[in-house]
Amino acid sequence: MNITTIKSIKDIPQEENLSPGTPTCAGCGGLLSLRHCLKVLGEKIVVVNAAGCFTLLAVYPFTPFKSSWLYTAMACAPAGAQGIRDALDILIRKGRLDSKENLKVVVLTGDGVAYDIGLASTSGALYRNLDFYYICSDNEAYGNTGFQSSGATPFASKTGTTPIGRISPTGLELSKKNLFEIWRSHTPPYLATISPAHPVDLINKFKKAEQYKGPKLFINLSPCPAGWVTDPSHSAKFARLAVDTGIWALKEAIYGEVKHTVVPKSFKPVEEYLKGQGRFAHLFKPVRQEETLKRIQEMVDQYWDNVCSRESRKR
Amino acid sequence: MIKEMLTGNAAAAWGVRLAEVDYVPAYPITPQTEIIEMLARWISNGDVDTKFVTLDSEHSMITAAGAASATGVRVFTATSSQGLLYGFEMLYTVAGWRVPLVMVNVSRALSSPITLEPDHNDILAARDAGFLQIHCETCQEVLDSVLIAYRLAEDERVLLPVLINMDGFHLSFTREPVEVPDREQVVRFLPPYRPKHAFFKASQPMAQGTAVIGGSGYSYFKYQMHFASMGALDVYREVSEEFGRLFGRSYNTTEGYMIDDAEYILIMTNSFSTLGKAAVKRAREKGVKAGLLRLRLLRPFPELGIKEAIRKAKAVAIVDQNISVGKGGILYSEISSVMYNEKERPLLLSFIGGLGGKTISSEEFEFIFDRMIEAVDTGVGKVPYLLYTEMEWKEMEKLKNVAGKGNKNYSNCRGETHNITEHGKE
Repeated sequence: MNITTIKSIKDIPQEENLSPGTPTCAGCGGLLSLRHCLKVLGEKIVVVNAAGCFTLLAVYPFTPFKSSWLYTAMACAPAGAQGIRDALDILIRKGRLDSKENLKVVVLTGDGVAYDIGLASTSGALYRNLDFYYICSDNEAYGNTGFQSSGATPFASKTGTTPIGRISPTGLELSKKNLFEIWRSHTPPYLATISPAHPVDLINKFKKAEQYKGPKLFINLSPCPAGWVTDPSHSAKFARLAVDTGIWALKEAIYGEVKHTVVPKSFKPVEEYLKGQGRFAHLFKPVRQEETLKRIQEMVDQYWDNVCSRESRKR
Repeated sequence: MIKEMLTGNAAAAWGVRLAEVDYVPAYPITPQTEIIEMLARWISNGDVDTKFVTLDSEHSMITAAGAASATGVRVFTATSSQGLLYGFEMLYTVAGWRVPLVMVNVSRALSSPITLEPDHNDILAARDAGFLQIHCETCQEVLDSVLIAYRLAEDERVLLPVLINMDGFHLSFTREPVEVPDREQVVRFLPPYRPKHAFFKASQPMAQGTAVIGGSGYSYFKYQMHFASMGALDVYREVSEEFGRLFGRSYNTTEGYMIDDAEYILIMTNSFSTLGKAAVKRAREKGVKAGLLRLRLLRPFPELGIKEAIRKAKAVAIVDQNISVGKGGILYSEISSVMYNEKERPLLLSFIGGLGGKTISSEEFEFIFDRMIEAVDTGVGKVPYLLYTEMEWKEMEKLKNVAGKGNKNYSNCRGETHNITEHGKE
């Protein structure tokens, strides 16, 4: 199938399906991406939401969406998507709803839901090959409750539940769950990571996903000024640094086959990304935690060593 | 119309088949499984045009059911016990969506200790969620209740989901003769589902379940649900009358048995009421003016019906097949609250029996009537009694011996040398 891809930022569709003036924090990386996602998804969608920052997008009687919205509960947005998808299919098949009235079903969650409490219901929806979009806004912690550690929180991050103290100078001692691989093991037709700093890549991925029936999943690394303790005007900068340092790999998997879509020509040191973020400040002050910094760099290097060797073998 | 020997579960499945339900999201749990297996079989044979999906948990199942209902199809699902509790969060959510979902709960006692047999702690835990609750005594009533429930839930004055309750094992697996009406007959009562309220479609964007911040929105919507539920009492009466006209059977919000001149009344729900009715008959033979009031609708709570039925009695014994730990019987509290402001009111006694499927024997019912007569003599009600026979006590001692706990002295919780042990004395 021919997919029209866009080449530059100038080709991004002009239409807006998300009104300005939402109650999200200034510089919300999740919202930056969501705006772009909705440009491709269009108006004929129903957003199924689980508890998270985006729940507060629609506060009675206002909604910033041109489309429909259903808030479910924290653990079960994919199950809500199942009910709506099945019901629409039934209504259309039985001739009780015009197919023009059909909707794309889009699950919108944060990382707390996607990595933790909602993992079972997502796995169920993937297993059932549900025809839906899933967008995870990953700000690497429970942001809406004030930034506590989640399954998406990276090693050495400071959060409300992994504070820096005499006994724990490092912050979180665990590593971020690999949600991409968890989802990939279900071999959905389309799975990708996206970034608000790469809107062209993002839009092309959504356009590509459109052609597949079944689960289409996106993990968006969403800079969170409130939790990351960064300046709201620096969100795009940190999103870009995450890609340039190799910490956030932009990739896609079509039926499980992985391809990296943006590979930096030369990787910047991870320090450039970590520095300037309040959640990692303890790695630099009052003393530089050399061991920890080294370990983070090694984790990133190891990942890319595997990628390059694997992909070069393919060539 | 045909008459068949059906279990309670099969009767529920037949109700669903006759209601021409579009969608059944399911998750198995004993003793509810027979309902969804029957439906799955019919769907697989093409006997019904329904979509069946197995979900990953009851939590997901109730979510999918509610969301499909919000999208405009007729939906059914069923669960039991732990399953109902696992999906508990979504009961409140789905009720708040104001969708006409119908769900059967096959009552089963709750962990721990884990068991399979019925009592009503599962269904009564759900009483504040916003679902209407219909409690059934017979298999016929189960089938009829499914049809009544859709009429009730889909009525624009109500638009609340309905839970239909039947006892696990005692009703779910008991075969009784059940009249299965023809579909043509049912259509006159329950036409195909064509919702007029908002549902999801492209030309009419709609935001459902949005956040409300500040409290005033929340209070408003919750109170609207309360109004709708209270209003459902009148709608129920209408629907039940029409059902009676068409099918020759009707069910009031409460059912009185030998109650008109009764001085000593049992209050019960569900299938054990049949045991209660037999006990009433035996008591009448002995000259005790006994009667029974069965609560069929638990939410909305039929306060007026209850007041009217028991006001003139001398004593009323509420037999709770549930235990609110640290308080006692749940229905006892509910009935007390209804009667407190009445000038004319009977003595109320509380009995807890039939927990975890333990039967209530005739001697236990005799004990209940004796305590009622005694209370009228002394002028004091007494709460609560745990019903336990001497034989059951011996059996329990034996089990404790096997478990190695038999040598310790537990007799302090045994009470008197009565054939029934009394508990909960203050």
